Amino acid sequence: MSALGGGGGALRNASTALAISSTESFAGTPSCHTKRVRRPPGSFYWLHAVTPAPPLDTTTLKQLVFVSDYAESMIPPEIGPPKSSSQSPRSPSGAPFLSISVTDPVKLGNGVQAYISYRVITKTNLPEFQGPEKIVIRRYSDFVWLHDKLADKYKGIFIPPLPEKSAVEKFRFSAEFIEMRRQALDIFVNRIASHPELKQSEDLKTFLEEDEEAMERIRSFETGIFKKPADLLQMFKDVQTKVTDVVLGKEKPVEETDPEYEKLKHYIFGLEDHLTETQKQAVRLVKRHRELGQSLSEFGKAIKLLGACEGDSLGKVFAELGSKSELLSIKLQKEAHNLLMNFEEPLKDYVRCVQSIKDSFSHRANAFRLHCELTETTKLKEINLEKLNLMRSDKTREAEIEYRELKAESEEATRRFETIIKRMNEEIVRFQEQKTAEMGLAFHLFAKGQAKLANDIADAWRSVLTKIEAYSLSSGHD
Amino acid sequence: MMGPEIASGFDSPPEREEMESLALSDASASAYRSAMSSIPASISASSDGDPLLAPPPTLHFPISSSASGHGGNPATSTASSFLDPPSYADVVFSPFDSHNGHGGCGSGADNGSLLRSDSSPRSARAAKSDYIKISVSNPHKEQETANSLVPGGGTYFTYLITTRMRAGFAANGDGESEPVEFGVRRRFRDVVTLSDRLAEAYRGFFIPPRPDKSVVESQVLQKNEFVEQRRSALEKYLWRLAEHPVIGKSDEFRVFLQAKGKLPLPTTTDVASRMLDGAVRLPKQLFGEGAAAQVVPQEVVQPAKGGRDLLRIFKELKQAVTNEWGGVKPLLVEEDKEFLEKKEKMQDLEQQLSSASQQAEVLVNAQQSIGETMGEIGLAFIKLTKFETEEAVYSSQRIRAADTKNVATAAVKASRLYRELNAQTVKHLDTLHEHLGLMLAVNSAFSERTSALLTVQTLMSDLATLNTRVDKLEAASSKIFGGDRSRLHKIEELRETIRVTEDAKGCAIREYERIKENNRNELNRLDQERKDDFLSMLKGFVINQVIDSSIHILAHLEQVAYSEKLANVWATVAEDTSNYVRGNS
Repeated sequence: MSALGGGGGALRNASTALAISSTESFAGTPSCHTKRVRRPPGSFYWLHAVTPAPPLDTTTLKQLVFVSDYAESMIPPEIGPPKSSSQSPRSPSGAPFLSISVTDPVKLGNGVQAYISYRVITKTNLPEFQGPEKIVIRRYSDFVWLHDKLADKYKGIFIPPLPEKSAVEKFRFSAEFIEMRRQALDIFVNRIASHPELKQSEDLKTFLEEDEEAMERIRSFETGIFKKPADLLQMFKDVQTKVTDVVLGKEKPVEETDPEYEKLKHYIFGLEDHLTETQKQAVRLVKRHRELGQSLSEFGKAIKLLGACEGDSLGKVFAELGSKSELLSIKLQKEAHNLLMNFEEPLKDYVRCVQSIKDSFSHRANAFRLHCELTETTKLKEINLEKLNLMRSDKTREAEIEYRELKAESEEATRRFETIIKRMNEEIVRFQEQKTAEMGLAFHLFAKGQAKLANDIADAWRSVLTKIEAYSLSSGHD
Repeated sequence: MMGPEIASGFDSPPEREEMESLALSDASASAYRSAMSSIPASISASSDGDPLLAPPPTLHFPISSSASGHGGNPATSTASSFLDPPSYADVVFSPFDSHNGHGGCGSGADNGSLLRSDSSPRSARAAKSDYIKISVSNPHKEQETANSLVPGGGTYFTYLITTRMRAGFAANGDGESEPVEFGVRRRFRDVVTLSDRLAEAYRGFFIPPRPDKSVVESQVLQKNEFVEQRRSALEKYLWRLAEHPVIGKSDEFRVFLQAKGKLPLPTTTDVASRMLDGAVRLPKQLFGEGAAAQVVPQEVVQPAKGGRDLLRIFKELKQAVTNEWGGVKPLLVEEDKEFLEKKEKMQDLEQQLSSASQQAEVLVNAQQSIGETMGEIGLAFIKLTKFETEEAVYSSQRIRAADTKNVATAAVKASRLYRELNAQTVKHLDTLHEHLGLMLAVNSAFSERTSALLTVQTLMSDLATLNTRVDKLEAASSKIFGGDRSRLHKIEELRETIRVTEDAKGCAIREYERIKENNRNELNRLDQERKDDFLSMLKGFVINQVIDSSIHILAHLEQVAYSEKLANVWATVAEDTSNYVRGNS
């Protein structure tokens, strides 16, 4: 296994070199995040043309990097993630900070084995960390590992959600999908890093600082040997309790009846429905923008040709209209991309967060069940012990030890359950505030993008209008 | 159905209205073509012109109200949407309303003054025609008097056609100062007759194409919908005829519009009777070499029709085949180089027009769906707002709910703007469609020319044949001294035929020349009109987009303004939660 791990690590190291060299080819900036490349609008098409990923070569690498900084350039600087700009001024002041960026997606491997790796750059002044800056290479399954570890250890906390696996194989290596995932992963780690409890996690440190080989070892060890059986065990237990519940004629598995909690559950389930619907519409809106862009470009072409039939200066007006249509088509495509990244994706993230809340519901339900069961058995044991005490049986001592153990266990379960409740109560407040802020930003970007689009449209048509006016004046003089 | 339920979550009644109109737009996802065809011609002809001349197009047909019900009539639907004042009639929004209230799409915004200076070419053309009002209204179901073979097929619709002529152009033209108004009832068959008569009498002109008989639609569509569609198509057609400089002044057209009672125009014999007619005459034509073979001069000016002069058809067909395959150069060929070039250009134009019209359709559809989706997203947000408001526990939820509501309102507003823009776009890009229709007329005028040429060619080759025969006979008879009686007689007969044929040829050539002349004039006229139409189309389309976009901006400026407000809210939240929010977003 270690040989295998070592092989994988070597491969990754090679990829690091590749990734770095590809970034260096852009004027040698260490992180492409800091660089905003303004490219001619036409290249947008080109980006999308690479969707079915060709065999890996340096150009694709560059494209991938391009994609990431392209998306970056879509976000207006003043409201974009202020990773470097807002964090660095704070660092001299000595305030503790931990900022992570996920960058430079690179495709590695071939065929079914192919995957994307990312550079995870940590900048911090926290003493727990090795140094002010650390760069590691991580792949999606490493993120999954981190997520699962946290979910296991911090029950009751709404663990930041991961972007889902691509459902469609075809899109797995499309530039857009990769960029969306990169952005989501970036949000994921930064949410952990800014969470008061999660950021102290040892697992986060491991994730951010271990070298690639060690990471791979830990991940494959834990996912291979430790994690899966635990999952299975839990599943067996669940099934078992369900079966016994049914066999013993218990009406229902025990559930909390706290009205406030009921309300919360009702809220979350309702919210999920609404958000799913909204997100679906947002996806459609992105699609509609693309379609409108597409049809505008076709329309522009047709109008140009029609203008060619007209000849003379009217033909020129037609040509102007045609080329403006094509220009707007590009703007629309851009706006579609903008919408996808800054509006649809946050909505999708919202849905994911709701999912993670639902996960903690089930954790809470499990903890509650355990707490109830143990309390009940403890009670039985206590009665039993009293009986034995009365009878002055030999077994009293044994039973007492058993009772004490059980009691301790029960108290532990109760404490855990209470921790979950406490955490969830805190988390829900945080969740609401966070979402208000995030949706606020998403709405802002949405509105801003739409306004800009409308402005562009107006400008383009206005310029055609001046041409038309000029033409009708000149033809009027003829 | 959704309206009330959702609206109950809000305190203001305007929301409800908005929701309903939104749902309405969903239901009325009507296709481009149907939307186009249901725009009354009078709107497109007059709404951007002089408001005094333009009759309010929706006033004189009762069905229009129902048409607007399913969004088919942009004029009424936009009008109704401009009327509603509710929460949207806020400061930012009102300038748009007032501008549009002045009428016409061209008069809005700041560039309005520029536009008003030169009126639309269409209305200018309409002003040149003798008519100031043509309206088709009051479809009325009638029973066929003659017994119909098909049960249930005995009913038809008649339409009231009301026209008002410019003063001094009335039928008797004795200088009345008052404009004269006429009202006649016509059925669709009468329109067919009119168009047939016009096609016969005005060969070589670009006669605007008549609406289709649309047998299928009459079966498929709802009766009301079909009648309404036909009504508006007829109105549009009559306007086009009226705007034509020659057709508009023709007796046929005038009679059609003015003669009370039954249409006095002779109905052209329909194909079946023509066939019978032809069959009767066929033997005579085939066997009797003489009189029947002669072509009556006044008939050559008409293209050969099925049945009636089968022989001529055969002959002309033979001529066509000879031209095509024989490699024999006909005696008279199309040599108007300018015309040939023009023809080629027109073919090219037709192709581009058809593709442009197709793309326009796609564009309009895309615009419509983006508007719809925008509306749906607004709806989804409205639902979300309602939900959040009801369930709110924390103040942050309430803040978010308020933000969401703002976005929802903006989205719904944007959706409405898209819808209005689309209605206008349809109206303007309809010009493409119309000219594509005119290309049909151009093509038929060109084919008239070709067939006239063919007639001339046939007659010329006939003459040639006859002349050779005369020559032969003369040669033969000259060998016999003193002349051959029967041959001489024959020669006389042939000479007579030649004379008649010569007449016919002269007639045919004149007709051909006439058609050529018509073609030329019409081409020039069409070129000019197309230029004007296209210019106004472009202008309309672009201004529309500009105006709409600027409203868009207004709407969004508000949105942005609010977004900034929202960003402030966000900033305060960010402060409360220290770096957390900033770092994460």
